[in-house]
Amino acid sequence: MATITYREAVRQAIRTAMKDDERVFMMGEDIGAYGGCFGVSMGLFEEFGPERIRDTPLSESAFVGAGIGAALGGMRPIVEIMTVNFSLLALDQIVNTAASLSHMSGGQFNVPVVIRMTTGAGRQLAAQHSHSFDGWYAHIPGIRVVAPATVADAFGMLKTALADPDPVLFFEHGALYNSTGELPEAAGPLDIDKAAIRRAGQDITLITYGGTLPTTLAAAEELSGRGVDAEVIDLRTLRPLDDATFVNSVRRTHRAVVVDEGWRSGSISAEISARITEQAFYELDAPIGRVCSKEVPTPYARHMEQAAIPSAEDVVRAAEAAMRGES
Amino acid sequence: MSDSVELLRSMLRVRRFEERCVELYSQTKIRGFLHVYIGEEAVATGVMSELEPDDAVVATYREHGHALLKGMSARKVMAEMYGKVTGCSRGRGGSMHLFDKEHGFYGGNAIVGGGFPTAVGLALADKMLDRDRVTVCFFGEGAMAEGEWHESMNLAQLWNLPVFFVCENNLYAMGTALSRSESETNLAIKASAYEMPAWTVDGMDVVAVADAARRAVDAIRAGGGPHFLEARTYRFRAHSMFDPELYRDKEEVRTWRERDPIDLLREALDLDDETLQQMEDEIAAEVEDAVAYAEESSDEDVADLMRFVYSPDSTAAGRI
Repeated sequence: MATITYREAVRQAIRTAMKDDERVFMMGEDIGAYGGCFGVSMGLFEEFGPERIRDTPLSESAFVGAGIGAALGGMRPIVEIMTVNFSLLALDQIVNTAASLSHMSGGQFNVPVVIRMTTGAGRQLAAQHSHSFDGWYAHIPGIRVVAPATVADAFGMLKTALADPDPVLFFEHGALYNSTGELPEAAGPLDIDKAAIRRAGQDITLITYGGTLPTTLAAAEELSGRGVDAEVIDLRTLRPLDDATFVNSVRRTHRAVVVDEGWRSGSISAEISARITEQAFYELDAPIGRVCSKEVPTPYARHMEQAAIPSAEDVVRAAEAAMRGES
Repeated sequence: MSDSVELLRSMLRVRRFEERCVELYSQTKIRGFLHVYIGEEAVATGVMSELEPDDAVVATYREHGHALLKGMSARKVMAEMYGKVTGCSRGRGGSMHLFDKEHGFYGGNAIVGGGFPTAVGLALADKMLDRDRVTVCFFGEGAMAEGEWHESMNLAQLWNLPVFFVCENNLYAMGTALSRSESETNLAIKASAYEMPAWTVDGMDVVAVADAARRAVDAIRAGGGPHFLEARTYRFRAHSMFDPELYRDKEEVRTWRERDPIDLLREALDLDDETLQQMEDEIAAEVEDAVAYAEESSDEDVADLMRFVYSPDSTAAGRI
């Protein structure tokens, strides 16, 4: 058992996958000689060479689409988009090709590509570099959307994603890269279908994923000191959603708050809230609460940015309101 | 060296198939968008005649001809137009989304420029797996204004990939004339900015197209990297079945029709009437067989609607 960072866990998953399978290669901007914008691929260029750790020009649509094409051609590409913000330049390839091809071709072509990207705010990078579109991508049938929040998941879910026959979008929250955790020597692929209960509790269900898991766990600790025993659910995968885990939890606790760094309107938090009301409406003792980012382009100034994104205090406040039966 | 009689037969087969499609559209047997290739047949026919069966093709939404020329059966293509389960894409794609894995036909793409990166990626896989295959990417001149064209040309040349970019310049991006959409209307010059061998050919002369394609395909197969060919051609019919053709005058269409690629080759070959009639009869029989097949085929069971959103062996299959 070794204690490593989230960043190292992603790198280790890539490295072992490339050793195990000749078809696996990675491409993206500055992943080679530079070592990756966030240092994820540091050392891999030296280890595997420029053919398999392939630096691309600044052309997101072409290299994401080339990843799709290479997958169709029998490879197992990992495409790194520096951040989710730039994935908008490749949206056509992701939606109109990767996600649609299997169904549109009557099941003839599947696209086993993994598209990794950094997501989220909190680092004073302002409006164009702070998006959380993880939930937004979950709107699209034909792709899997996964958002590992722990070291073990960063490693194990990436391994599983690489074995998936269909396109997987793999979201790595920027605030998680330096987080640490233990990775067993014999760590292998992990299930990407189920949500995880990160903290068991009786009084209220807090549902989150990715970068807001630490925030939510901190809130649960604070609530514990105030006499509220919160259960924390990490969705892990945003499409397809594992309804059963969070709905069953709400059936026990009768209260729920959804924590999501995405904007609130039309968000994954809205979808989760809707599914709870569809499946467990009569179990609820309070309106479902939501803690989301404020609906503004993310500002630069630290105090303004912090005011815009979910904090542990926001989660505590929403949970206490739910405990009082308020929204 | 291609057999000119076979080139004529191939062009005629595409022409007659599509003429029947237009009739069927008027009879509401075929719905959605229908973009016919009538007038442009020499381009795909000439290029395809120089390919090996294993080579890959990425085409556009005006791809009935390309599908047939790549070896797909008229039955499967027609049944797809009818939206039947026996269609090449089980009726999920229609006219603009013809696919055939067995024949290396990667669509059928209704997003202008969307096929460029796919072609680059297929060629990248071939290069990495050391496969001797050429990927041909067909597109219209309108697509050369898309960013994906520039990105893909750059990537293909940078990585020396075995892609053959074939521009079907029919002078109009839907209704927008080339001179109104491109600052540089010499398209081969534009392509050569990427250090890629690029030239232009008379797209109404199928033998010239085949010769140009052979030169490119041979060079690509020999490791010469991507090549670009502009074929100057013309769409005799409207852009789609909804197009009133307000943007071009009838005289221009008439002038181009005098250079109908099928007529030009037919005259050059000077075949006897009996041979020509036999060719027409064989093609008509194939087309009518395809229509009968499509008519008799079943619709897909609605219960299968969610199939293939994910691969059948995926744990995501059937889930939302």
